[in-house]
Amino acid sequence: MIVNLGFGALLIAFILCIYGAAAAAYGARDGRDPWLASARSAMLLTFPLLTLAALSIIYALVTFDFQLDYVASVTSRSMPTYLRVTALWGGQAGSLLFWAWLMSAFASAVMLRDWRRDREFLPWVILVSLVTLGFFLALIIFFENPFARLWQGVTGTVFAGVWQPAGAIPYIPIDGNGLNPLLRHPGMIIHPPMLYLGFVSFVIPFAFAIAALITGRSDDRWIRLTRRWTLWAWLFLSLGLILGSRWAYDVIGWGGYWGWDPVEIAAFMPWLTGTACLHSVMIQEKRGLFKHWNMLLIILTYDLVIFGTFLTRSGVLSSVHAFAQSAIGPLFFVFIAATLLLSLYLLNRRWESLKAEGEMTSWLSREALFLVNNLLFIGILVVCFWGVVFPLITEASGAIGEWFPSLRGIFSGQRITVGPLFYERATGPLWAGLLLLMGIAPLSAWRASTARTLGRAIWKPFAISLLVLAGMLIGGLRSFGALLGLWLCAFVLLVTAYEFWRGMRARAARGENYFAALANLMARNRRRYGGYIIHIGVILIAIGIIGVEFFQTETQGQLAIGESLEIADYRMEYESLSEWNTNDNRLVDRAVVSVYKDGVFLRELYPRRDYYYESQQAMTIPGVRSTIEEDFYVLLVEWEEISASRATFKIYHSPLINWIWIGGLVFVVGNLIAAWPQAEAYDARLRRTAPAGARAEAG
Amino acid sequence: MRRLILALILGLLLGFLFGYTASAVLAQGEEPPAPSDNEVNAIAKNLYCPVCENVPLDVCPTQACIQWRAQIGDLLAQGYSEQAIYDYFVAQYGDSVLASPPARGLNWLIYVVPPVAVLLGAVLLYRRMTIWRQAEELAAPQATTSDYNQRVEDELEARR
Amino acid sequence: MAAEKKNTGWVGRLLAWGLVIGLLAVVAVQLRASQQGVMSRGEAAPAFSFTTFDGVEYGPADFQGKVVLVNFWASWCEPCELEAADLQTAWELYEGRGDVLFIGLDYVDTQAEALAYLEEWGITYPNGPDLGTDIYRAFRARGVPETFVINQMGEITFVKIGPFISLEEITQAIDLLLEN
Repeated sequence: MIVNLGFGALLIAFILCIYGAAAAAYGARDGRDPWLASARSAMLLTFPLLTLAALSIIYALVTFDFQLDYVASVTSRSMPTYLRVTALWGGQAGSLLFWAWLMSAFASAVMLRDWRRDREFLPWVILVSLVTLGFFLALIIFFENPFARLWQGVTGTVFAGVWQPAGAIPYIPIDGNGLNPLLRHPGMIIHPPMLYLGFVSFVIPFAFAIAALITGRSDDRWIRLTRRWTLWAWLFLSLGLILGSRWAYDVIGWGGYWGWDPVEIAAFMPWLTGTACLHSVMIQEKRGLFKHWNMLLIILTYDLVIFGTFLTRSGVLSSVHAFAQSAIGPLFFVFIAATLLLSLYLLNRRWESLKAEGEMTSWLSREALFLVNNLLFIGILVVCFWGVVFPLITEASGAIGEWFPSLRGIFSGQRITVGPLFYERATGPLWAGLLLLMGIAPLSAWRASTARTLGRAIWKPFAISLLVLAGMLIGGLRSFGALLGLWLCAFVLLVTAYEFWRGMRARAARGENYFAALANLMARNRRRYGGYIIHIGVILIAIGIIGVEFFQTETQGQLAIGESLEIADYRMEYESLSEWNTNDNRLVDRAVVSVYKDGVFLRELYPRRDYYYESQQAMTIPGVRSTIEEDFYVLLVEWEEISASRATFKIYHSPLINWIWIGGLVFVVGNLIAAWPQAEAYDARLRRTAPAGARAEAG
Repeated sequence: MRRLILALILGLLLGFLFGYTASAVLAQGEEPPAPSDNEVNAIAKNLYCPVCENVPLDVCPTQACIQWRAQIGDLLAQGYSEQAIYDYFVAQYGDSVLASPPARGLNWLIYVVPPVAVLLGAVLLYRRMTIWRQAEELAAPQATTSDYNQRVEDELEARR
Repeated sequence: MAAEKKNTGWVGRLLAWGLVIGLLAVVAVQLRASQQGVMSRGEAAPAFSFTTFDGVEYGPADFQGKVVLVNFWASWCEPCELEAADLQTAWELYEGRGDVLFIGLDYVDTQAEALAYLEEWGITYPNGPDLGTDIYRAFRARGVPETFVINQMGEITFVKIGPFISLEEITQAIDLLLEN
């Protein structure tokens, strides 16, 4: 019953999307305000309706309504309640619904703001949001319906369908298949929602950009309206990526945090364009430059979001993350092609009116450095995109080889793999360049910077960073890549600290004490200092990555009870192994090992292998001893059945890896400082007291 | 000045600590007496089994991958070189087993396109900058350095 | 940005549009391929040749005018064991006729284990490795075990995804072609 109610709500939401989009387009003309108001109401209504739909699915998941195909495929009786709730995003159909629900939440929140000053944007923002939402709802209703039920036909075959076919009787399985064990991890409970939040919230800036293109309003109003949205979107996307890395480290059992898997890259690509965009919009705000470029970046970000969703769900790629192959691939493709071509057409049409208002003067000015920053980010994007798409090209090119057999040597149609090495080699220098820019750009001035002014600002942190470099050399570090990377990290940290120090000193000179000075400094310019804290977070992450990339070691060996394996200063002794069944249908094999460092006993670790009977999948869960300077990570690879007298272990020693997670926390804090909405209220207060003329100009 | 010296010392110390811990780690990891599992994994790291896409062979837990690793061990025992083992796997299972595509035929493109794209971007950027700067110079005569400094300082002040 | 670019502007735009459309086309082609799924009844079977574990070569000439059953398997594949005995029994039924051929293609497997598997189940019909997974991809197979029955005209008449459940399932698919 409740499920029917949810399905009804979903249908109404879909109809409202179509109606709202049409009403918004019609109401765009002056004097048709009632239509526009009606479109806005339609937009606002989708949220409670989709909430109802999502809640009814959660209700079905929690109450074991196995007649629903979706419930039977992602849950089982042995699963705890919290996992049954989160199974909402554990499968294709449910996660699409979850996506749509988040999307409607964000779009509705946008509707609630005060639109009086931006009336001309409103219809187009509604149109873009509702078309996107409507597309997802259409996928859900017509192709991947979580409300589809299982029926048994006259011939005894079981199939899924929304409506009861003639002669069929309801089919209710005794138990479901259970959630993919890889997804039964706390990291997995929040990782996809964060990623989806990041994805859907990038729809909003895109909607505003398209509105600006359609209305021909060429000033930076759309950027001012959406910059905070963009920051939040970016925060969620970053959090999603960081949590995903943590999940990979804890669950996938390869000793790493990032595998350059095509699906990871698919989520990473919008982050790259989004990050480039966050930097380059500042130039447009300050200097009126790069209007085309910002538009292009936001269009790219939107379509990369959809492209990422498409890659995971179309069966074009297979991957640990991929959902089962499905019929929605072609629809996604058509949607991407249509939105991309249409947006680019609009941009092309407005090209002339978006010409720059100012000029660039110096190679060392902040705007020039930001432009180089953008070049590097786009360079990384090209590497990622090419690595993901190129295997598709080689495979598709097999057709040419078939038509012209003489060319078969070149166009063999062979499938290829593009592994981590390619991405690491190709993006490494670009990352290093970005680190360098992070050190220089904050000290260069807008408009005009000369080598002399920049040099004067930069020499102190630069000199100290050289000393750090000398220290590392004296300490015996010889790896060129690590030296360069760590030196750049030191340089950026020093520059950032120096920026804080300069600001504090200036305020302290006016009689504030240093703590108050710091607090006021940050409160006065949150975007700037939040940004610096984000930079510090990025540097800490970079230190962790350098630690793992250059200094991680591993070893594997078979041990009898009492024997040990050594790595770095660590020694690990195999104590015992036991096996038992759990009441949630797992077979657990857990080893007990003792870890010693420099001969001193530290603690026991329990690497284990969980075998899930329902899905016939095994999961390797590592034992980890984690400290600030290094992680000791052990995997149970194999063991002798029954006697357990011998077992094979793989151990990793990963220096500095914890800094990735610490840096992630700092990153989030910085982002929150930069994005927290209170500053908007501050702006609004200013605006209210501004003279009428200034207000008109700003509008 | 005193502050500067303090900072210098701090920097030195910090760098030393970093370098020391890192190099200690390096020295430890350099040459352990390699058990054959490690030799196998060193090669398996660069191979991907078509059954479990995107999971490197050295950490893949499926039965197929366990057999593949045993096969690498066998080939090593028969005296195959690392390259010969890669060639054997390519002949048996196709190009897709290699972690990095072999640079032949169409595959050259994967290595060529990204650097060319970045270079192209850099050239475009350079041309654009030159045009902008010319436009600026035409519009306003070059300001003197002290003017620049003043503007920089103003800007700095404004940001606080 | 295009202001000063007047003469070169259209070249750049054309290139940009070409690039975007070209990339979309590649994704479309690949998407179509991935949507096609496993080869189905009525399609002409791809031509292929292979060498068995004992070094005997088989090519299109050997399949001509015969009913050919192509079975993809692997020694690490547990479901394959469910049908191994049935396949061998069926082969023994038709072996003497001369107009039926069974072929086992070993997918992504290691030779020692594969030979042990053939030994364990006493399999005698021609078996060989699918080198480079070429044949597997030509049939657009999606996993193991998968079995294709090809009629005398070289058309696929039967596709089985997953293991055969019974001997009858195999003989039915073949007898249908022999009665004609």
